[in-house]
Amino acid sequence: MDRILLAHGSGGKLSHELIEKYFLPYFRNPFLELLNDQAVFDIHSRVAFTTDSYVVDPVFFPGGNIGDLAINGTVNDLAMGGAKPLYLSAGFILEEGFPIKELEDILSSMKDAADSAGVIVVTGDTKVVNKGKADKIFINTSGIGVIEKPINISAHNLKVGDKIIISGPIGEHGIAVMAKREGLEFEKEIRSDTAPLNSLVSDMLSASCDIHALRDPTRGGLATILKEFAISSNVGIVIYEDKIPVKDEVRGACEILGLDPLFVANEGRLAASASPDAAEAILKAMRRNKYGKDAEIIGEVVSEHKGVVILKTLIGGKRIIDMLMGEQLPRIC
Amino acid sequence: MRYIDEFRESEYANGIIDKIHSISKKNVKLMEVCGTHTVAIFKSGIRELLPKTIKLISGPGCPVCVTPMADIDKAIVIARQKDVIFTTFGDMMRVPGSLGTLQKQKADEGLDIRIVYSPLDALKIARDNKDKKVAFFSAGFETTTPTIAATVFQAYMDSLKNFFILPVNKTVPPAIKALLDTPELGLNGFICPGHVSVLIGSNVYKFIAEKYKRPAVISGFEPVDILLSIYMLIKQIEEKDAKVEIEYKRAVTPEGNKKAMGIMRDVFEPCDADWRGIGVIPESGLKLAKKYKGFDAVEHFGINIPAVEDKTSCNCGDILRGLKEPPECKLFGKACTPENPVGPCMVSTEGSCAAYYRFAGKDN
Ligand code: SF4
Repeated sequence: MDRILLAHGSGGKLSHELIEKYFLPYFRNPFLELLNDQAVFDIHSRVAFTTDSYVVDPVFFPGGNIGDLAINGTVNDLAMGGAKPLYLSAGFILEEGFPIKELEDILSSMKDAADSAGVIVVTGDTKVVNKGKADKIFINTSGIGVIEKPINISAHNLKVGDKIIISGPIGEHGIAVMAKREGLEFEKEIRSDTAPLNSLVSDMLSASCDIHALRDPTRGGLATILKEFAISSNVGIVIYEDKIPVKDEVRGACEILGLDPLFVANEGRLAASASPDAAEAILKAMRRNKYGKDAEIIGEVVSEHKGVVILKTLIGGKRIIDMLMGEQLPRIC
Repeated sequence: MRYIDEFRESEYANGIIDKIHSISKKNVKLMEVCGTHTVAIFKSGIRELLPKTIKLISGPGCPVCVTPMADIDKAIVIARQKDVIFTTFGDMMRVPGSLGTLQKQKADEGLDIRIVYSPLDALKIARDNKDKKVAFFSAGFETTTPTIAATVFQAYMDSLKNFFILPVNKTVPPAIKALLDTPELGLNGFICPGHVSVLIGSNVYKFIAEKYKRPAVISGFEPVDILLSIYMLIKQIEEKDAKVEIEYKRAVTPEGNKKAMGIMRDVFEPCDADWRGIGVIPESGLKLAKKYKGFDAVEHFGINIPAVEDKTSCNCGDILRGLKEPPECKLFGKACTPENPVGPCMVSTEGSCAAYYRFAGKDN
């Protein structure tokens, strides 16, 4: 089996071969092809810019791998600002001995993810480190997007009366990764929800620009971002347990693992706070998009209990929802 | 499907809540003995759905919370021995003893302390590291203890010479007895733990009804299970009845799991045990039976640590017995938070202080 050697990162012949033979075929575009140290392009608009690193363990999990995660994650970070993602960079840190076949699988899913999100990778970098100095493969992606609509989307911008919307069932990514890592098998395989959300956001914005906040509930889950919303905007949030979509298999797995789905990571979901008049139209638009077909209104923004998120339980009680506390489950993104 | 189920569940729950309201006349204090119940009660917001006549009190049913400082100190001293790999359930890492916490010792002194999910993981580490001595922090009630017993038995059969345990296991019925022997607590009934009872059965609780004339109901962990158990208790109290009932019929039998209990009784035998904040409860602990003494880490390493006094102003003892509610502790939510716990009730996710802090809020 062909494996990554230290020489693949030396900048010499093998480095070139790696790029020409493996990276370029997947990412080929006029910017990258020049193999300059930078990509040069014009942008005449408000720009959003973001970066994120991906170190997920295991690298391959049901429903995806570190590659599509790295593309989707950065696409989503841009989309959550209402931006249209355009150009991405990709930096790779490879551990000596990493199978080239696996690298190709990762690159291929990166290409597919980039294609479906409508973005291109315009610049990149590869380093190889000694065995044991990294865990298989780490990827950093940065991205640039443009904001074309007159919008102000921010966690500081929630308004009393807003409806809280979630784009689909929660907890699938975190559970898929954890189940794979712990070697747990469930009757029905739980797959990561990793997906690019820019088309969904664009559909939502076409329905109405009265979206006040958007965020993808990754690490820390839905609970954590709602708490961030409440604190940043100094408002209260009430959500209803019976409205929050959770698939049965995720609920079951959470029970076994002792987790609360509200705190489990997602990679293809978004939560929005939108003005009450626009919420229904936005929900309809979301349900027409394949990434929002199970969207639900799960709660609302209130003027009481500022900075606090309250969950109305199934049986009519209530409890406080705080941020994820204590030990972060190891590397799920 | 989900929505139909959930609708039914909330309808059903509301029906039980209405019934509780209509039959409850006397002021009563009910104790949920088990930490998992405490969490479920807070998570579903049951307390505020009950009539004012019913007060729910969280009991000592979290093995982490009742581990005394001296036992944490023993763990640290064992972990410091040469060539030792010390293994423990995660929650124990952050419980403070007088020498600090295992977590801090690991960071400060670079001790080889590893979190395991099962005692069998510890056994595997011992098999894989024959040149090291592997010690396992054996904590837990009757739910976890049989697995630990089976692990020790396995080590015995394999004549493994580098595996040891630090036994701090405890049993639930003697603790309930001790609570009943404290009249100032004024407990009128018990919600008994479902999963412990799967193992020990319901017969062992008979003394609650027969000797102390109090009702006890063994409950499952879904909100409706707990509501139904509360209803069953109130009904007994209002009808001046006292018997042991099983709500969690889908899993609990009067006799329990004889096989699991058999292996537990083979490997361990009862001893007096110190419960953090509560004191020594006779026959409430477990030590290794003679045949298995060779696996006792305390004996093997010759550890001798006397009981230490808790000098913090932690009120866990009063909280574990239901004399105080977490917010009545001066440190609650201030010096003591889940990130920075002073007492064990704030460390364990099943501890009363942590459950209160997470689900009812620190300002409540
Ligand atoms: S709040 Fe902290 S210090 Fe106070 S009783 Fe609870 S655990 Fe102990």
